[in-house]
Amino acid sequence: METSDQIEKALSEWAASALHKKAAIAGLKRLSGGASQETWSFDVSNGQSSRGLILRRAPGGAGSVTGSASVGLATEAKLLGIVRRHGVPVPEVLGVSKPGTTLGNAFIMERVAGETIGRKILRDPEYAYARGQLTAQCGEALARIHAVPHSELPPMPEIDALAQIEKYETTYRNFDLPRPVFELALAWLKANPPKPREAVLVHGDFRLGNIIVAQNGLASVLDWELCHLGDPREDISWLCTNSWRFGQSQKRVGGFGDLEALLDAYAAAGGARFSTAEIDWWEILGSLKWGVMCMMMYGAFKTGADPSIERAAIGRRVSETEIDLINLFEKVSAHA
Amino acid sequence: MHDAPSNSELLEGVKHFLDTVAMQQLSGHAAFHARVASNALATVLRDLKHRPAADATARARLVHLLGAPSTASLEDLNKALCQGLRTGRLGLETPGLLMHLKMTAIDQVSVDQPNYSGLETARQAPK
Repeated sequence: METSDQIEKALSEWAASALHKKAAIAGLKRLSGGASQETWSFDVSNGQSSRGLILRRAPGGAGSVTGSASVGLATEAKLLGIVRRHGVPVPEVLGVSKPGTTLGNAFIMERVAGETIGRKILRDPEYAYARGQLTAQCGEALARIHAVPHSELPPMPEIDALAQIEKYETTYRNFDLPRPVFELALAWLKANPPKPREAVLVHGDFRLGNIIVAQNGLASVLDWELCHLGDPREDISWLCTNSWRFGQSQKRVGGFGDLEALLDAYAAAGGARFSTAEIDWWEILGSLKWGVMCMMMYGAFKTGADPSIERAAIGRRVSETEIDLINLFEKVSAHA
Repeated sequence: MHDAPSNSELLEGVKHFLDTVAMQQLSGHAAFHARVASNALATVLRDLKHRPAADATARARLVHLLGAPSTASLEDLNKALCQGLRTGRLGLETPGLLMHLKMTAIDQVSVDQPNYSGLETARQAPK
């Protein structure tokens, strides 16, 4: 593992060759969060002005994270450039580093000002105006992401609804910890599949926590590592999944907005006009997915791979997704 | 065996130490983990208090729902429920099924995460 000094030296060399021969690095610090990637913040100055940048780096600069669905940092960096040209608010990528160098598998992008912590965005008075803008802005950003022509995209996996169900069912069954609500969800999802839509670029983790919100609203869409070709309704409903409403359940869109408004904004920006009933199916899949992901994190404790109390305790959050699934099933039963 | 102090009392003592002593002297990641640890002890304390009654009522509901022998264990009943759901013999339309799952989930989340928003939603929904 490289030390902070080694990373600072490598960044100084990069900045001198890529930005300005007198560029100097200051304020390098590792940011918390992001278990699968290292994120470092630093400033670069040319003696007159200073600019905030972010280094996003595979753990220890390693080539790839094994066993992960991640597309890899090189693809992520390429994708940021592509979606930016299509009007999606994302940070500008300024440099890409290759495995085998000090920085290793990594890229450098601009640091966008704003907040990512869901509870703050939903609660703090300084984001009151932003909250009012966010639903329409998210609808528009999602429509633009989903409209990127396939011919422009780097290679990435295609994962449709049934492939996702299969993946999470296999993971769940391997734990051999029977949960009746998950059995109901798996059986119901398979028995009531939505009519497939043409596959589009899906962000894969579009929700509070992975977007930067500034005082004017959506400033940047981050964390593209789970992107794939798939169903556009996956992204829309993931943003609606109660686990990502951070306590503000009454606002279905991320704890800040109404679904009809999001669907209208999405359609106005060129997307299809989906119905709320379509989103129900995908939101059920979303809650199931997060439940199985919590089981996986607890699994890391159970096997001894990560003995931290945090990993153990997350196993007691699986039931949150069970109650969300029950609430969704009560709704779909009432409409049936 | 003696039960003074009881398991719950010992856990309360450990939790008190974490909350009032350890956490004050920790910072950063360690303080975060101390808070997670304290919350985990709170979960265990709720579990010790509520699990016997919750499991007994869940078992009674399942015996009725599945038409199973009244001596069946909760573990076996849950396996049978899972099997029935997986094969499609039981489903959303099965009378009493969703209500059983709901009562069980309410008991479970009340122990695991009593402040979770979905718990309030479930309690408010018409029965």
